[in-house]
Amino acid sequence: MKIALSVKDISKKFGNFTAVDNISFDVEDGKFFSILGPSGCGKTTLLRMIAGFLQPTTGTVEIGGKNMLGIEANKRPVNLIFQNLALFPMMNVYNNIAFGLRRRGEKGKSVEEKVNSMLGRVGLPDYGLKKINQLSGGQKQRVAIARSLVLEPSALLLDEPLGALDAKLREHMKIELKKLQVEVGTTFVYITHDQSEAMVMSDYVAVMNAGHFEQLDTPQHLYANPSSAFVAQFVGKNNKFIAKQRKDEKGNFFAETVDGQRFKIGRPIDLKKDDNFIELYVRPEAVIINPKIGKENLNILNVTVKAILFDGANSKLLVVPEKSEQELIVSLPQNKQFDYIKARDKIKIGWDPEAVVCFNKTDGKIYEEL
Amino acid sequence: MRNSKISKIRWSFIIFFIPVFLWLFLLIVLPHLELLRMSFLGKSGFTFKNYSAFFTEPIYWLTFVRTALYSILVTFIVLIIALPISFFITKVVNLRIQGVLSVLLLVPFWVSELIRVYGWMILLRESGVLNHFLVGIGLFKQPTEMLYNDITMIMGLVYTSMLFMIIPIIGVMESLDDALIEAAYDLGAKKMAIWREIIIPYSMPGIMSGSIIVFMLVLGSYLTPKLMGGKNSLWFTEQIYNQIITYFNWNQGAAFGFLLLALSSVIIWVALKLTKQDFRKVVK
Repeated sequence: MKIALSVKDISKKFGNFTAVDNISFDVEDGKFFSILGPSGCGKTTLLRMIAGFLQPTTGTVEIGGKNMLGIEANKRPVNLIFQNLALFPMMNVYNNIAFGLRRRGEKGKSVEEKVNSMLGRVGLPDYGLKKINQLSGGQKQRVAIARSLVLEPSALLLDEPLGALDAKLREHMKIELKKLQVEVGTTFVYITHDQSEAMVMSDYVAVMNAGHFEQLDTPQHLYANPSSAFVAQFVGKNNKFIAKQRKDEKGNFFAETVDGQRFKIGRPIDLKKDDNFIELYVRPEAVIINPKIGKENLNILNVTVKAILFDGANSKLLVVPEKSEQELIVSLPQNKQFDYIKARDKIKIGWDPEAVVCFNKTDGKIYEEL
Repeated sequence: MRNSKISKIRWSFIIFFIPVFLWLFLLIVLPHLELLRMSFLGKSGFTFKNYSAFFTEPIYWLTFVRTALYSILVTFIVLIIALPISFFITKVVNLRIQGVLSVLLLVPFWVSELIRVYGWMILLRESGVLNHFLVGIGLFKQPTEMLYNDITMIMGLVYTSMLFMIIPIIGVMESLDDALIEAAYDLGAKKMAIWREIIIPYSMPGIMSGSIIVFMLVLGSYLTPKLMGGKNSLWFTEQIYNQIITYFNWNQGAAFGFLLLALSSVIIWVALKLTKQDFRKVVK
């Protein structure tokens, strides 16, 4: 497979602050690659180094196999879609899209053909003469993408372009963007802090934190097998327990929480510290409500329902285990099976020890909850 | 009921409108009507003589054309200097220095125009600071008179009107999103193309209102051309002054005044048409 974009050992320092810390990755041609991270993790800095607006302190960027060192942003075969799209308000749609072609010295018929065919491809065939302020949010989005794609870049860089849209349109544009990317076949490098955007659209997702990549994987693998506590918390919802990892007389591992509950764990970890403290993560959908007796291997907890958080297919139960203060979130399937559950009910929940992931306990907060 | 409501609205409107109306009518419209009447009066009643004198005497219309061309030239020079300065103040320097620079621009205007022009004269005259310096370092053999020529006069006019161009342009450039410049750069534009395609078109309302102000100020300025221009650098306002004050020929002076008004109106109209700007937008 051809590599469209290759980043090697790239770092960026601003004074004493390291914004991007020794990152390397390759993006295959035609893939949708996302960089997912909380605000301030350095993802915009990384993208701007690829686009050529910032020079890396160390490391190299290769686009289409060519080293981009010392090549200015206006000469690089990549284009950036800005967060606010940055369409030129004094030009109409046609001139916006023709801007880059004209800068290359193209004139007349070839510009006209390319612009019109691009307008057709983004589904705005008769919009050439419209002013920018006459377009809706979604249409502006498509014009911004058309303006870059008409230059046939090796890769399209997108800096949270859906951030400014309202929730409904954002859901719609997610699917549109993915469809558009598949259709045109251009490599997309997309940065976002919204994990759902990254998961829905991407072939590969890199989770970024404090200047480095925590994990680079497919969305499915990232969700099922987070490689660090940060990824487990940042990608999708998770229930977290702090516990001590112990071994019983038969040599089976178990975890003992600070509240004194004991859980079997399927995949014990190598302890890094002497205090044996670990973090356990259980996905809300891995938890079974009132499991049938006989499934011996489940971890069972007696809990009180604190609230029912109804949200259609995303409905959840907020529960508190006996003799504990910690709130847990449990998925509540909307198939009428659990309609009998009311607030303040006492129920049992259980989960398969194999569905739990554990990590060594990290000190302090790893990121600010959004 | 209905009547009282309407009369209420009218009263408040009239209260606010009266001062504006009085100001416009008493101080601007009325004197101009009187001047217009006088411009058509001669020794023996109604006449076009005052206007025809302008066309038959070459000194009058030559001064007139000179004034118009130099005013356009000064406006262009001011614009070319003001664009990079405005860009530097709004986009290049950080916020704190931006304030300092804006104040520095304003400081000279705390001093009256007369004092500023005298300042230039102290610098440039034969026994002035610049001549002393240049002779001192041996660049000039003997002091040269730098005042009283067209170049000095243009420089003085550029200097006195600079601020009136910079402030409206800064006003528009501040709202120019940096991302637009970056986007143009990212799409392959070079620096000149960014200026031509993005910054100047975006700043056009500010450029036009600045140009109109500067053009009118320069066209109607009297002090700077009189003091720095000397005998050979006649300005049309000096012709009006001469007619009214020196020769007591109010009728001729009034006619010249209206010709100047017509000139500035026509040039501004043409400039707006050429740049496809809407007058209402520019004034806003």
